[in-house]
Order: sequence, then C-alpha cells, then structure tokens
Amino acid sequence: MRILLPLALAALLLAASAGQTIVVADDAESRDLVIKDHVFSPAEITVPAGHRVAIHIKNMDATAEEFDSSALKVEKVIAGGASGTVHLRPLAPGRYKFEGEYHEKTAQGVVIAQ
Amino acid sequence: MLAALLIVFREVIEAGLIIGIVLAATKGVVGRGRMVLLGIAAGVFGACLLAAGAGRLGAAFAGNGQEVFQAAVLAIATLMLAWHTIWMASHGRAIAQEMRALGGAVSDGRRPLAALGVVVAIAVLREGSEVVLFLYGIALSGGASGWGMVAGGALGIVAGGLVAALLYGGLIVIPVGRMLSLTGGLITLMAAGMAAQAVAFLQQAGFADALSAPVWNSAAVLSDESIAGRLAHSLVGYTAEPDGLQLLVYAVTLATIWGLARAVRPRTRPRTHPASRPRPAAAE
Repeated sequence: MRILLPLALAALLLAASAGQTIVVADDAESRDLVIKDHVFSPAEITVPAGHRVAIHIKNMDATAEEFDSSALKVEKVIAGGASGTVHLRPLAPGRYKFEGEYHEKTAQGVVIAQ
Repeated sequence: MLAALLIVFREVIEAGLIIGIVLAATKGVVGRGRMVLLGIAAGVFGACLLAAGAGRLGAAFAGNGQEVFQAAVLAIATLMLAWHTIWMASHGRAIAQEMRALGGAVSDGRRPLAALGVVVAIAVLREGSEVVLFLYGIALSGGASGWGMVAGGALGIVAGGLVAALLYGGLIVIPVGRMLSLTGGLITLMAAGMAAQAVAFLQQAGFADALSAPVWNSAAVLSDESIAGRLAHSLVGYTAEPDGLQLLVYAVTLATIWGLARAVRPRTRPRTHPASRPRPAAAE
C-alpha cells in the first residue's frame, strides 16, 4: 500500500507536465455559420481534414440555441442575438452532423472534412 | 410538447442522478436533506442568473467564456468530490470508533456535506441554465404550441426527478455497507468523469491542443446520444470517442483520489471488512 503515495505523486507530476502542453490553439482556418429562424446557413461546411478549424457562430434569432454535435464533440449555447466560436479538433475525412438542440427539427447541419 | 419533454428530461436527469447518488451516500447523516435542498435552491438561482447573462458570458474570453466557465465549475465539482472521498477515508475509522465508544450519534459529517452541497448546486446550475434558456425561448415565441411545450418541459422535470428518485430508491435497498462503498466508488468515477469533461470544454475553447486524437470509438456499442449513453456519461463520464488527453486526465484523477484516500486511511486493519465508509445506518 505504501507504493500508492509515490504513485499518486507521479500521477500529479504527469498531470502537471500535461498541463504545460496546454497552449492556445492556432486555428488553421475559420468558417462562419449563421442561425436564423432556427436554421443553420450554410447547412454544409467543408473544412480541410487534419487541421484545426474555428467556426464562428452568429445567432440572429431572439432565442438561444445550443450548437450540439457528439460527432464533433462540441456543445455550446449561443444566446439570442449573440455570437460564439467553437474550435474543432483536426478531423479525419468524413461527415460530421451537428444540430441545434433546442430546435432539432429545423436546425440541422453537417461538417464535411476532406 | 413531446420534444420539449425529452429535451428537459435529458438535462434534468443528469443533475438528478448526481443528486440521487449524493443523497444515497449521505444516508443517515444529520442535515443532509437541508444541504441538498440548499444546493438545489442555489443551483436554480444560479441557473437563472447564468441564463440571463448567457450573452455576456459567451462574449468573454474571445467568445469562449462559456467553455471557461463550464471547465471551472466542473473543476470545482471534481475537487469537492475528491475532498469528500479523501476526508471520508481519513476520518472513517475515527468516527466509527467514537460511535462505538459513545454508542451511536454521528459526530461530524458536516465538512464533506458542504462539499457535496456545492456539487449538487453545480450540477443543477449547469443543467438548469440550459432548461431555463430553452423554456424561455419557447415562452418568447409564444402561441398555443408554446404553452404545450412549457407543459412538456414541466413534465420533463417531473420525469427526470422520478428517475433520480428511482436510482436513489434502488441504491438504498442495497445493504448499507455495500451501498456506501458502491456510492463511494461512483463518486470517485463521477469526479474523474467531470475532470475529463472539463478538459473537453477547454479543448472546445481551443486552449488544449495535445493528444486530441480519439483513442477509440465505441459508439456502436453505446452511443453518446442514447439515453443509456447519457446516463453513463453523467454517472462515470462515459464518452464514445474519448481522446488521449481526456483519458489521461480521467486516469490521473482516479489514481490521485484513490491514492490519496489510501494514503490517509488509518493503518490498523479492522477485523471485519475494511470500513471505507463508516457512516451509520441510522434510520431516517
């Protein structure tokens, strides 16, 4: 059992060293996305595979929307009339669906990485 | 109305599970009901504030204020859960001995109780602010269908509360000793899951770039969108496609809490099974 304290310390050190690699990401590209009448435009966003991409989202509706995608691992509330930015990790080529969680019927879109 | 019910249900159930586990873990501790109610009240109040200030918060940190805020409150919740687990490990035997000497009466459960109250408040705050924003949006758009959706939302809250109550009911019928070590384990896993989720928010904000490639994809077995996937997410931090950094932080959090709890646990071995959770099975 005594080995557990050094083990915990080693784990903390590992966490600290992981912390040092945390830097503000340099996005290769950015895309704009607008929400209006609970619809995304454009509904299809093409991005280069393997690069970080920032998506600037502007919500033109009076009500809040949650930009939600488990494929992209992103969830973000954009208040009514507000903007926000999500940072996509480098993606493998493919299609990644996203949706507005508060208006799933109309707010649908897809990120295409190629 | 059904859509509204489902959306609200999904949010409420996540906070509800956390409250259910906290209630089970503190069964028999004096003052826990007040602590949980206070936590819920503070969380609801905070959720309304957070919803009202969502626009301003979102604009902070170059449009990433929300992620920074979420990561910060998740980190606080992780620390509180860790503190509770470690505190219990170090005081467990002392409390048990005292109880044997004095014949009953819990002497002190207050410090970990406060920590758990904070965790409840944060859970309600996080999920509640989304419910408030969603329902407020419906109210703004108005109309007859609007009221149907508000009714759906209200039913969603009730349904989420019922599931939490079921979990609590299921946990407390387990024999107390085993139930407490089970909830202790769940709390540790929940802490690790919250730490990994905090990392995910920092990644989404673009603050954490290392090890961002997914390590596996188990969506075919348990998808993030399914209700079961969401339950597993709030309970143990499950995600179908974890990346390296999230896994690392998850493992480090688990190892740290477990290691520290072991390190502070009094050395002498109890004759029966190791009483990691010594709280009494006092009747409610």
